Amino acid sequence: MLWPNSLKPLSEVLPGQRVQVESLRGGRGFVARLAALGFTPGAEVIMVQNYGYGPVIVSIRGSYIALGRGEAAKVLVKTR
Amino acid sequence: MLEPHSPENEKGASSPDGKRVIRVALAGQPNVGKSTVFNLLTGLSQHVGNWPGKTIEKKTGYCKYNGYLLHIIDLPGTYSLTANSLEERIARNYIIKERPDVVVALVDAAILERSLYLLTELLLLQVPVVLGLNMVDVAEQRGYQIEPEVLQAALGIPVVPMVATRNQGIKELLEAIIAVVEGRFPYNPRRPEVRKDHRDVLVQLLEIIKDEIPEPYPGEWVALKLLEGDAEITKMVRERLDDHRWEEVHSLLKAHEDAILDVAGGRYEWIGRMMRAAVVKPRLGQIGLTERLDRVAAHPVWGLLVMAFILGGVFWLTYTIGSPLQEWLESYVVQTLADFVSGYLEAYGAPGWVQRAVVEGIIGGAGTVLTFLPILFIFFAALGFLEDVGYMARMAYVMDRFMHFIGLHGKSFLPLFLGFGCNVPGIMGARIIEDEKARLLTILLAPLVPCTARMAVLAFLAPVFFGPRAVMVSWGLVLLNLLVLAVLGKLLNLVLFHGEHMAFIMELPLYHIPNLRTIGITVWRRSLAFIKKAGTIILAVSVLVWVLASFPGGDVSHSVLAWVGQKLEPIGRFMGLDAYMMVALLTSFIAKENAVATLGVIYRAEEETLATVLQRMVPVEAGLAFMVMEMLFIPCVATMATIHQETGSWRWTAFSVGLLLVVSFLAGVIVYQCLSL
Repeated sequence: MLWPNSLKPLSEVLPGQRVQVESLRGGRGFVARLAALGFTPGAEVIMVQNYGYGPVIVSIRGSYIALGRGEAAKVLVKTR
Repeated sequence: MLEPHSPENEKGASSPDGKRVIRVALAGQPNVGKSTVFNLLTGLSQHVGNWPGKTIEKKTGYCKYNGYLLHIIDLPGTYSLTANSLEERIARNYIIKERPDVVVALVDAAILERSLYLLTELLLLQVPVVLGLNMVDVAEQRGYQIEPEVLQAALGIPVVPMVATRNQGIKELLEAIIAVVEGRFPYNPRRPEVRKDHRDVLVQLLEIIKDEIPEPYPGEWVALKLLEGDAEITKMVRERLDDHRWEEVHSLLKAHEDAILDVAGGRYEWIGRMMRAAVVKPRLGQIGLTERLDRVAAHPVWGLLVMAFILGGVFWLTYTIGSPLQEWLESYVVQTLADFVSGYLEAYGAPGWVQRAVVEGIIGGAGTVLTFLPILFIFFAALGFLEDVGYMARMAYVMDRFMHFIGLHGKSFLPLFLGFGCNVPGIMGARIIEDEKARLLTILLAPLVPCTARMAVLAFLAPVFFGPRAVMVSWGLVLLNLLVLAVLGKLLNLVLFHGEHMAFIMELPLYHIPNLRTIGITVWRRSLAFIKKAGTIILAVSVLVWVLASFPGGDVSHSVLAWVGQKLEPIGRFMGLDAYMMVALLTSFIAKENAVATLGVIYRAEEETLATVLQRMVPVEAGLAFMVMEMLFIPCVATMATIHQETGSWRWTAFSVGLLLVVSFLAGVIVYQCLSL
């Protein structure tokens, strides 16, 4: 899929990069769970670990969250 | 759905010794140190049960302070109060329906912004809230400067700084609770409001539903939860509205489907405002201990090595301490008791069958329960330690990529792995999986992990039939079990859950220094729960099977069980097994290692060893079929009792037994028929 230049799925963000949540895709339950953990539009996310396969670790609102690769792909982020 | 509370729990009631009763609910997100605070408050007065009809632990306890008796209830740890999980539904229903006098919201000061999210939801429920600001020491180490008084002034509710692991702030927390109850605290909470864009919708929603909101739900809260898309509340409102009004509600909701993001975003904005004056954040770019440790512990390669090392350590402990202790219990404690009792019975002239019923049936059964304890104890302690330190989540993270192949995710790895020691702690370990479906699937698959008892049977039988190739055959059989586990995992996920992808979303808590008291109490509680619940079932079934194996003939070859074995012989023929082998297989239901013992009893050989008798009587094909079936056979009594305890359902327990019965018989037939071609 093609994204506007500055938009991409969280799963494609490199370690150490700082991005902003733009939107979430997926079912209601999934969106509600992530929203409670702090993944709301505008929230700052730092990619902590991403080896290009398997799950990723991000830092958001002071906590570390592990997301399966599929889950991370549903979080659309904006790079600056 | 909730238990009616007893009169002594009523607000303003007095306890028998004249103390005033305060009902306190302890709420908090996972990993904020809630168990530690609960343990400090209640000590060993705690009572552990299940939430009605649920398999989630409900912990209650007492605490006496300054002429008050505080009734403390530990709510399940939840990130929010939307009905995403059973835990969240339990927590909010308790607060709404039981109306505790005070709710303590415990937060992690080191992850303040995120932990305050639960507070924003609690404040909407119109119950007095006291904020316990835990782990202020860790927050300081991470570079946060927090001023509790400023936060208190901003929020309008009591804020108590605490370091629960060092017993700091507990007294102050109790004082704050009492001050709120006595009305001495100027309780004036700010509440987060919904952003402008959705405020009008909320008013419209409330206007439509306001006459249909059942007691004791707060109207605005119901409207807000509708807007958030909360499944439970939506269903409740749907059932009460006529079709016309529901259409109105439905079209409003449809036009605002993504409201949850806006609502949650608004709450985080509010948190930001509350924190602004009270908290100075550390400079960015600082790398903490957790991140540094995770570069190794969560690394795809090093992480696996770390995990192998740690799990190896756990098993080493089990074998060097647990197994000898188990043998000692069996040969000394149980045997001594048995000798003593049978001597006593003999002295009083009890008939032989009574003696054997008591000694072999009751004491034997109780012995089985008892000998499980050392291994369980070590597993529980190791589990509690790894969980408290914060390592457990890393293990799940490292294993996630592999677990997806069998339709599960990372959190299922540890419970399944523990099954290699014994399936019982494995199944109990499945509690760490919050997702109900993933937990159930893990429990159903766990009995396929070959436990040490089955390995012992294998160790005896493989050399009998395969001599020097025994090791290879053993490995093959273990691999077969794991293969069946993987295939069944995929299949069950497809059939039971329609191939639903299990979302892997997990917090990696900051590493903590473990609190031995918390771990100790957990180990104690879990062991007790096993003895009480699984123990009684194990005892009952052991006695029953003993009766079936001893009557009417006096031994297993002239018993009901033998009769059953003969009836099963036509089936056994498909896998080359005679009635005796079938009986041996059946008795492995009591405990897997019984298979060999039973063979010993039935093929009672005077001059030959059991091994040579088996070699003479049983063809190799049948021997292999027997081993395959033994490895895949139905869970033993203890495992079955644990499955029932953990699923809370006889249906799923029966499903598990039925499933493995079919799988093992099929496998036996296939192996025998293929080899006999």
